[in-house]
Amino acid sequence: MKRRVVITGLGAVTPLGVGAAPLHERWAAGACGIVDGAGACKEFEPADHLSVKEARRLDRFSQLALVASAEALAHAGWESELPYDPLRIGCVIATGIGGIETVETQHDVMRDKGPRSVSPLGIPQYMPNAGAAAVAMKHGLKGQMYGVVSACSGGAHAIGSALRMIQYGDADAAVAGGAEATLTPFSFACFNSMQALSPTGFSRPFDARRDGFVMGEGAGVLVLEEESAARERGATILGEVAGYGSTSDAFHLTAPEPTGGPASRAIELALADAGVTAEDVSYVNAHGTSTQLNDAAETAALKRALGEARAKQIPVSSTKSAIGHLLGAAGAVEAVETLQVLATRVIPPTLGYEVPDPELDLDYVPGEARPLVAPNGGPPLAISNSFAFGGHNVSLVLRGAPE
Amino acid sequence: MPTVTNQQVEARVIETLASFGPDASQITRDATFEELDIDSLDLVELAQVVEDEYGVVLKGEDMKELKTVGDAIDLIAERAS
Repeated sequence: MKRRVVITGLGAVTPLGVGAAPLHERWAAGACGIVDGAGACKEFEPADHLSVKEARRLDRFSQLALVASAEALAHAGWESELPYDPLRIGCVIATGIGGIETVETQHDVMRDKGPRSVSPLGIPQYMPNAGAAAVAMKHGLKGQMYGVVSACSGGAHAIGSALRMIQYGDADAAVAGGAEATLTPFSFACFNSMQALSPTGFSRPFDARRDGFVMGEGAGVLVLEEESAARERGATILGEVAGYGSTSDAFHLTAPEPTGGPASRAIELALADAGVTAEDVSYVNAHGTSTQLNDAAETAALKRALGEARAKQIPVSSTKSAIGHLLGAAGAVEAVETLQVLATRVIPPTLGYEVPDPELDLDYVPGEARPLVAPNGGPPLAISNSFAFGGHNVSLVLRGAPE
Repeated sequence: MPTVTNQQVEARVIETLASFGPDASQITRDATFEELDIDSLDLVELAQVVEDEYGVVLKGEDMKELKTVGDAIDLIAERAS
């Protein structure tokens, strides 16, 4: 029998504030963290959370990872002492891009002052595994530790990898998540050139007027523990990573496979992994990027995986309507948020969704937040989807705690 | 190049080390890099500042011998004069 993996801590830094709770509370209240076409973490002040040494040695994406991790570990009650042998605690932190601000800054230094002036911190700051390394070093986590690189599905892959690590028995607990900080001139130029970003600066997933995604930054981290060990130490169990499914489109560098076939397989695999069916699902936290192609393909994938009739009954909302697209952090932040939806039984709306697209006919939770209804009153289940440039598809099935 | 005084080097080294994290009040001539949590990456950055400022090139083997802030100040001042 598979080992079960529960969630005992959540942490996030997002355009809606520092902390997991502000993300959920503010989004549910209809607040949007997008300003001037970008989702910046304006409330995040590195000096409030990090020593001088930490701040100057870490690219912004790793700083965000460190702060979200500290919150998650404190939430899990790990603050003063690790509850397990450090060798049995893993750490997987994804990023889509890595330390691009460092690359841009140090490239300027090289151009202006020559190669000898480039900082020795250049590589250790921009390497995509720097976030994982910083978190492991800060908290003394000595089990398997690595970064995950799969663009905008990285955060979800990190959680899936950590889930398997614990299920297989390689670890008893893990810190898993994703971090991204790409609000830089070069990143905007690149995404603009490929016409991926919304020229109007609106993130309105599934709306007929959607015209591209809005880039955001932030981090999300979860503390995962093997269920019996967590119970034994008296941990507060917030929920469970019940299922994980992942596939590849093998179709196009950036466009999703339009029928949603491979993405629907990821959802089906995650449901099967959790041992549940579409009837058990109360909520879908969509990838919902606000691009024409993603939102259409995701809608098709949900119908294929859940059955058209059932898919139309399940509320689907997109966190990206409130914070933009956090790339490699998105899957982790959205898993954190999905768990909060399950915990509070409140489903925040897809902000900005006003003009239905006749082709997209699911319930995208327009207008206001609404209560989540669990079938049969049991612990509710939700799906969190993540898809990515390159054709990565990841679906997580999360189970809330019993009331 | 005008003569560089030991005091000038000392002030510059302390200012640079302070920007790496340790409290400026802890950075005395006798303080060890270990006590100050100044590691090899910090020392490479210090060497870059020193090279910019005084044209003194400090190599890895030079830095390895340095145990205290005073050791670094003396070596840089000696090379710079």
